[in-house]
Amino acid sequence: MSAPMNALLDVRGLRVAFGGNAVVHGIDFSIHAGEKLALVGESGSGKTVSALSLLRLVHNAEVSGSAFLQGRDLLKMSEHQLRGVRGDEVAIIFQEPMTALNPLYTVGDQIGEVLQLKKGLSVAQARAATVELLASTGIPEPARRAGAFPHQLSGGQRQRAMIAMALASQPKLLLADEPTTALDVSLRGQILDLLSDLQRQHGMAVLLITHDLNLVRRFADRVAVMERGHLVEQGTVTDVFAEPAHAYTRKLLASKPDRQVVEVTDRTADAVPVLQARALRVSYPVPLPGLKGWFRKGEYVAVQGADMDLLPGQTLGVIGESGSGKSTLALAALGLLPHQGRLSVTGTDWRQAAQNGSARALRQRIQVVFQDPFSSLSPRMTVEQIVGEGLLVHEPSLNEAQRRERVVTALADVGLIQNPAQGGDWLQRYPHEFSGGQRQRLAIARALIVGPQVLVLDEPTSALDVTVQKQVLALLQRLQRERGLSYLLITHDVDVICAMAHTVLVMKDGLVLEHGTVDQVLQSPGHPYTRALVQAAA
Amino acid sequence: MTTSRSPSGRAWQRFRRNRLGYWSLVLFCVLVVSSLFAEVLSNDRPLIVRYEGQTYFPLVKDYPETVFGGDFETTTDYLDPFIREQITRGNNWAVYAPNTYGPKTLNYFAESPNPSPPTRANWLGTDDRGRDLLAQLIYGFRVSVLFALALTVVGVLLGVITGAIQGFFGGKTDLAFQRFIEVWGSMPELYLLIIFSAVFAPSISLLLVLLSLFGWMGLSDYVRAEFLRNRQLDYVRAARALGLSNGQIIWRHVLPNSLTPVVTFLPFRMSAAILALTSLDFLGLGVPPGTPSLGELLSQGKNNIDAWWISMSTFAVLVITLLLLTFMGDALRDALDPRKQDA
Repeated sequence: MSAPMNALLDVRGLRVAFGGNAVVHGIDFSIHAGEKLALVGESGSGKTVSALSLLRLVHNAEVSGSAFLQGRDLLKMSEHQLRGVRGDEVAIIFQEPMTALNPLYTVGDQIGEVLQLKKGLSVAQARAATVELLASTGIPEPARRAGAFPHQLSGGQRQRAMIAMALASQPKLLLADEPTTALDVSLRGQILDLLSDLQRQHGMAVLLITHDLNLVRRFADRVAVMERGHLVEQGTVTDVFAEPAHAYTRKLLASKPDRQVVEVTDRTADAVPVLQARALRVSYPVPLPGLKGWFRKGEYVAVQGADMDLLPGQTLGVIGESGSGKSTLALAALGLLPHQGRLSVTGTDWRQAAQNGSARALRQRIQVVFQDPFSSLSPRMTVEQIVGEGLLVHEPSLNEAQRRERVVTALADVGLIQNPAQGGDWLQRYPHEFSGGQRQRLAIARALIVGPQVLVLDEPTSALDVTVQKQVLALLQRLQRERGLSYLLITHDVDVICAMAHTVLVMKDGLVLEHGTVDQVLQSPGHPYTRALVQAAA
Repeated sequence: MTTSRSPSGRAWQRFRRNRLGYWSLVLFCVLVVSSLFAEVLSNDRPLIVRYEGQTYFPLVKDYPETVFGGDFETTTDYLDPFIREQITRGNNWAVYAPNTYGPKTLNYFAESPNPSPPTRANWLGTDDRGRDLLAQLIYGFRVSVLFALALTVVGVLLGVITGAIQGFFGGKTDLAFQRFIEVWGSMPELYLLIIFSAVFAPSISLLLVLLSLFGWMGLSDYVRAEFLRNRQLDYVRAARALGLSNGQIIWRHVLPNSLTPVVTFLPFRMSAAILALTSLDFLGLGVPPGTPSLGELLSQGKNNIDAWWISMSTFAVLVITLLLLTFMGDALRDALDPRKQDA
């Protein structure tokens, strides 16, 4: 079996298993020199494992099949030979640059090490080449940045440094494992453009591993779609996107969330807000450096002078990057953070409520769903305990049977069980037995059971796969239509805002840059930052 | 998915799969439970005596010698050959414990001078006062294990409570507690023990109090770290948003998820406590004289170096006890290791 002459990397019948459990079931693909191939799939589809096991970088994996890199089979190489290939002919960029760079060495040292090892440069030559590489990735002041430690760089700069490091050996093939997932939306486009430019300059091939179809459309020449360890479809990006052959590809492409919400009418527009903030300011104490820090604390202002109004039955979308203060706003709205300014739920101010002891009653009206479905449910409680907990606090008069009945109803409401009769089976299970989407439904059930008027949704779908995201958003829309719930939706995802929000708040560095109806803000953004956000998502 | 297991249930499954650790636990439990019945196993009094048509229970009740035809009003010495003959002749009978010596019984009838090597009467020999070594070991083991259990329970309670308060409330509370622990931890424990054993009459409860005062700090650090980590997780925030009180949040949410280090360290704390008691007894600072104790036996072994049976058998008991605890601890640590959760 010989590889096609013109393929740079030719993978045939690649199988990967862990302890006898196959996760990749014999996939074939090839990359030509200078080609950009995207490997797409949801979490658990085996896309990262397939790519990394080519270089034997997956611990405990049993790999079989063949992978010819310019006629030499990577899977049959000795560990010593393979070490020559890694970081030389094939380089890798990882998802999270903070953990992929060693925190104890400067960025320059780490890039220089590659140059000395792989290119045999002297220390001085390596230093000069490092600065050149950093400059080519567009880092400002490359000479100074070379002496910086990873924590001193921003997320985007770290990823640029990672790219510089990968390019140091002038690889023929670059494996990019979700290179932009950990970055903010506005940076993603820049990093992708940078990768495109460098790919053209160096004429290298890129294997992009991602779950994000927007990236694929923008970046790749060809695409290979993986589902549960099988390669279900591959072809050029234009062909696959225009005429997806496989059902799974069609499902992925159709996963952009639909908008099915009750639109604003004149009558609802002047209703009394269920959540209202005026000149809201939230700050955290931070330690000051030096002797000063012994006597007083500094202050970090996370939210500054925010106004918002959330009307009944509507969704207020808050969009911004990490560190923009949007999650702080959510916690403040829940009454979990000390704040200044006015912040009221259904007309009652949080601080007034705290004074006259009615805060607990107010908590019944506003509930929350968090981002990470794995840390938002206590692993040592059963479904019944988790979902029923709110009833213990707010309706202590219920007996156990009544409580159980309410829990089953709530589970049926969020679509976890089809009819309440079969609920008993679910109640004694623990969170670890559920998938991410199911856990998120459990979190929604926990919030709904006390009958709130407002739900704070803090990035409710960003930890989920696109197809699951669509289902969860559809559930939230249905609940809003049926019960007239109001949502405070925190997200960084413009698509989610498009699907869900009636009004939008754009935040950056603790300030509200812009607010208005979803059409106003997204169609004709007034602020350059909003324009950048909308563009990056398109 | 027919049966649903809680995380602790799954940890127990993993523990059981470690055969060394599991059988160590079984054997240790058997040893501890049988040592609780030490009076039945090793006693100088018969368990039941049938004498002249009457039934007596010397194990639970004192009878004067005159009952069994002796001359004195004093408590019967059932090892006296005369009494022994009285209660076994004719229709009379007596059921003795397998080892017919209590922890304080002196063998006045030993065939060789004390300490006497193993004989048919004293299976492991006697110590330098003529007490049976096997009885000493059985009762000494019981004292050590019960003391260690009590010390561990008190230490765990104190450690968890202080760690929970520091970790959950954080900030100034945490700062104050941490400084207190630093000051408290720098007190010279051994000197305090020497001083207190000179001031007060030595007793096991005094020892328990003194060792407990210093035994909680290591654990409280671990619990504090777990609480600091867990209190900012989303499920705690969600519980706050539901309106649960601090006490409910600690009890229902944070505490159950913070007990992994506590459980992991339990066997190691037990063995440390046994060792602490043994070394204090060895130095003569431990339990009051006359209490059966492994440390005191070790010190006798050191003073009577040619009486090898004293040091060898005490050493064997200690090694087996500590080894069982260590095997259990190892298995427990593996079972609770978060990196092996899916195995």
